[in-house]
Formats: sequence, structure tokens, C-alpha cells
Amino acid sequence: MSRIHTAFEKEKAFIAFITAGDPTMDKTEEFVYEMERAGADLIELGIPFSDPIAEGVVIQDANIRALEAGASLQKVFDLVERIRKNTQVPLVFLTYMNPVHNYGYEAFFEKCKAVGLDGIIIPDLPFEEKGEIRDVAKANGIDIISLIAPTSDERARTIARDASGFIYVVSSMGVTGVRSEIRTDLPSIIKTLKEETDVPCAVGFGINTTTQAHDIAQYSDGVIVGSAIVKIVAKYGAEAGPHIYEYVKEMKEATVS
Amino acid sequence: MFNGRFGNFGGQYIPETLMNEIHQLEKSYEFYKNDKDFNEELDKLLKEYAGRPSLLYYAEKMTKDLGGPKIYLKREDLNHTGSHKINNVLGQVLMAKKMGKTRIIAETGAGQHGVAAATAAALLDMECEVFMGKEDTERQALNVYRMELLGAKVHAVSSGTGTLKDAVNEAMREWTNRVSDTHYVLGSVMGPHPFPMIVRDFQSVISKEAREQILEYEGKLPAAVVACVGGGSNAMGMFYNFIEDKDVRLIGCEAAGLGVDTDKHAATIAKGREGIFHGMKSYFCQDSDGQIDQVYSISAGLDYPGIGPEHAYLHDIGRAEYVPVTDEEAVEAFEYLARMEGIICAIESAHAVAHVKKIAGSMSKDDSIIICLSGRGDKDVAAIARYRGVKIYE
Repeated sequence: MSRIHTAFEKEKAFIAFITAGDPTMDKTEEFVYEMERAGADLIELGIPFSDPIAEGVVIQDANIRALEAGASLQKVFDLVERIRKNTQVPLVFLTYMNPVHNYGYEAFFEKCKAVGLDGIIIPDLPFEEKGEIRDVAKANGIDIISLIAPTSDERARTIARDASGFIYVVSSMGVTGVRSEIRTDLPSIIKTLKEETDVPCAVGFGINTTTQAHDIAQYSDGVIVGSAIVKIVAKYGAEAGPHIYEYVKEMKEATVS
Repeated sequence: MFNGRFGNFGGQYIPETLMNEIHQLEKSYEFYKNDKDFNEELDKLLKEYAGRPSLLYYAEKMTKDLGGPKIYLKREDLNHTGSHKINNVLGQVLMAKKMGKTRIIAETGAGQHGVAAATAAALLDMECEVFMGKEDTERQALNVYRMELLGAKVHAVSSGTGTLKDAVNEAMREWTNRVSDTHYVLGSVMGPHPFPMIVRDFQSVISKEAREQILEYEGKLPAAVVACVGGGSNAMGMFYNFIEDKDVRLIGCEAAGLGVDTDKHAATIAKGREGIFHGMKSYFCQDSDGQIDQVYSISAGLDYPGIGPEHAYLHDIGRAEYVPVTDEEAVEAFEYLARMEGIICAIESAHAVAHVKKIAGSMSKDDSIIICLSGRGDKDVAAIARYRGVKIYE
């Protein structure tokens, strides 16, 4: 079993996303510690990709900054290895399929296990194609995090029954990015999921305010925030650490209050 | 039912948000492709609106000049809107309308697919938005205005290299944003299943006609059929009804840009590796870390780092051959065809003409060869003038 369950054991979880290597791998390492210290229960590390089709402009730009700064998959693995020496906070990757396929499935998941990763989120790997990596991920103790969309309908049940780690409930249509309003009927989606599985359900996409975090935590197991944190990195660059700490701290407090 | 795989290639590697929609599209297509009313309506549009069947023209001067097999040109450039793209677009937009959609979105490289999509949207009363790389909106400015004249909204995409790949990224993002009333009219034999199959089927009219025409003119099948390949829709259309004719060589011409030994090319089969991108497993130009390459070709329509999964399969089983053709060779062929036959073809199609110029001399005079002239070249005249250093004032 991976460390992911520990994120949901005590209280509602706050899950923080950051693009690895933006602005540098050393800074990402520092930001991870800041986020954990501020109360983040699980950290998502985005592996920079040239064509992130599920991302909005904020994270697209972060991918470009990271790649231009020399990010590579090897450096992301090295980063996880260093982080894992200092903390047991659950760590998951967010990556697109091509870098994983390119590295080789066996080699990729063995490496994930070796460096101490816990799970993986792949936006362009729907349930139907999950067979491609299901066994090799499981053999290495890496949870494949399933995504549920506002359009999933009855698919949600099938996906939930096969889920492990946590379920990523996508709050809105479209790509990642901050939104002022979330219109999807999330409580009923989560109720459906709970009928099928005990795997925790966390909600992401568009969340950026303490009010949103608090509201969503009332009916889910956790809140996922990405673009809002990446925006802070975009704004403050190498000096973003304290600002990220402050933001994550208030979001975590709103999540558990 | 077809599972969406061509050997190991194809599949549906797309966000969960689109999965129910893509399944619905599969179901709708399975219904409409056998539906009598739909097919009658589409045939009528193809015949009376698009101008099908397209001519199979015997290029006699070119044949004599090259001294090889009889060269025939499948004149997709004479279709309404000036390229083969209309074949697929009429099929998809008609189907989308029957599915209850009111809005279509499309990506475009050179603008041919965008213009065709905007045309079909105008004809069939659909809202239309086209995503086009910023770089391409500049080198194909006339097509942008053409789409706007037809009532479409054109989005210039500035992410990445601002070319076809980035336009596809943005169209996919927009589709996840608004899927309930919107159909994504993919323009090539790529993307997630069922698109490679749908686009191939709608484009297969090219080889269905060409096969009948060549048998009528020559009494036997051609030695080879040749087409340019970016994503590969005109090539797939040109190949499809000849796949079972094992003696007919199927030749796809990729854009080699400044040369396959430089980093300025878009020759996916020559230089790419298997990967997963834009919803499909296929071959892609990519670096050692699995990042998708920023490819290059003088031809906006071939400037794409991947290739449709059925082409990847035909390559793997050795049924089709894929060859690289450089910018310079394509421009020379563009000029050659204009002077030799009085036909200004698209710079994309000129890649196929260029390859035939290379191989005709070594083939038997008793045979014939068909080039798919996928589009007309009006859109490229300004760019060719620039390439040759000629100043023209529009």
C-alpha cells in the first residue's frame, strides 16, 4: 500500500499541485517543504510536457518555463528521491502518457518505486486504456489515480470500482485554471462514487478561494489546488516560498474548518 | 464492432471529460454509415455541392517528359473549396447536425480544412470556430479572411510553435470545455478512435472513384498511388481501396523540410518513434525525453509531428512506403506542374509530385501511376514567391 491513505486519515485533505522545475528543481524542492509545513497532506508534482492538453494557460506557461530551465524526467526523479529523504508526505506525479511510454512502462514504474513515489495521475489515460499500465503500476505499488468528470455519468461507477489511492473528481468542464464559480452537481457525483468504493474522493479544477475550499470539503474528502499555487510561482519566481506557505496555510485551514 | 486499433496503433488516449461524447460519436457513426437517408443526403452534397466525382486526369506532357509510366492526377484540387478536405467535412458536419449539435470546432494547418469546415457550417447552419496556429494565420492570411467571410470565428493559437500541433491542442481543450452542443470536426485520420476511421471512410471516396476510373481508362490497376502525408487524410483516402490490391504500391510523401538530417523537418515515419499523443498511439517526432518536437515544413498542412495510426500500421506491416521530400524538391515540383500541365497545385500535393518526378524514370512505360492532387495552390502562391525571393504586391 502506498502512503496516499495517510493523507486522508485524520481530517479533510488539502492537496497541492506544483509544476516540477518551475523555476528550478531546487526551488520546487523548497516549495514542497513549504507546502507540507503549511499543512498540505499530499503533493502533486507535474512532470513538464511540451503539449499539456488538459491544462489551462497558467500551467501551460509553467510547463514552458520548466522545460526552458532544463527540466527532464530524470531530474524530476532525482527531485523525488531528494524529497523522500526528508519527508514521508505522499507524492504523486501528474504526467501525460507520452513521457511514460517513452521511458518504458517497466522502467518508469520501477523508478517511481525506487525514488519513493506513491501515485500517478495521467489526464490522457482514460479507464478504457488503463490496462496499458495497470499491472506494472500495481506491481510497483504505485496507485493510478482515476479521474471523474462532470460528463462521466454511469461511467463513474465502473471507474470507482477500479480506483485506488484517491479519486480525482474534476469539478468543471474544460481545462485546469482558476474559476470563480463551479456549477457541477458535485455532491451527487460523490454520493454515487461512495456507493461503489471506500477510496477517498478529492475535488480539483478551478478551486482557488478559501470559500470554495471550505464548501467543497463539506461533501468530499479533500480539495485539490493547482493553478492558484502555480500563479504564485509565476509571480514571485524563486522568492515564491513564503507566499506559497501563506496561501496553502489559509487554504488548509478553510478546508478543515 | 471495430475496436479502434490498427495493430498496436490507435486507441482513445483522451481526458475522461470527452469519453462519453466519443462513445456517443462511435455509436452515431455506426448508425449513420449504414443509414440510407444519411448516405443519400451525403451523396447528393458530394455530387451537387462539392463537384464529385473528381476528375482523373492523364498528365500526358508530364508523362512524356519523365519517360516512365502514364501519370494520372486525381484532381481533388477541383473540389469545391479547393481540396479533398470537403469530403470529410460534409460527412462529419451532416452527421453532427443529425446528432443534434449546433456548433462545430476545427483545427487547421494550411487553412484548407478550416475553410472546408467553415463552408459546411455555412451551408448546414452551424456555428463554427476554427483554431489555427498563429504562425499559420500569418503565412496563410488569405484563408483566415476566407473563413471569416464564411461566418466562422478564427482563433490564432500562439502557444508552442503556433502551428498545426498547437491548433489541435487548443481545439481539444475547447472541446473539453464545451462538448454538449459541439462536435469537433477533426480534419485528418488522427486523434482518438473513431476519428481515424471516420475520416478515412469519408475520404475513401477518392480511391473508390480513382480505382474505377483507372480501370476504365487503362483496363488494369496502377503500379503505384502516391500522396502527401501530414496527418495523412488524403493519403488514406487515396490508399484505402487499393490496400487489398497487393501489386499496387502505396507511397506516402512526408515533409522533409530542410532535410531529414537537420532538425527542421516533419518526417514522422523517417525520424519519429512510437508514442502516445493527441488521443492516439502512433509515430511521433519527439526528443529523448518524450517531449513532442517542434517540427517544420514549408507546407503548413504537413507541418505536424505525428501521423495517423493506420498509416503507422501500414508502415509496420510493410504495405505502404513513406518517403521524405524536402521543401526545395516540393517547390520545384510546384513550379514544374504549373509550367508542364498548367496546374498550380497545393504545396502539400507538390510533395507527391516531387517524388513521382524522382521515381518515374525507373518504372515501366506499360504501367500507370496516380498522384493524389489533394489541393489547389492559390493559397501558396505568395509563400512560393517569398521562397524564391520575388516581391509581389497583393
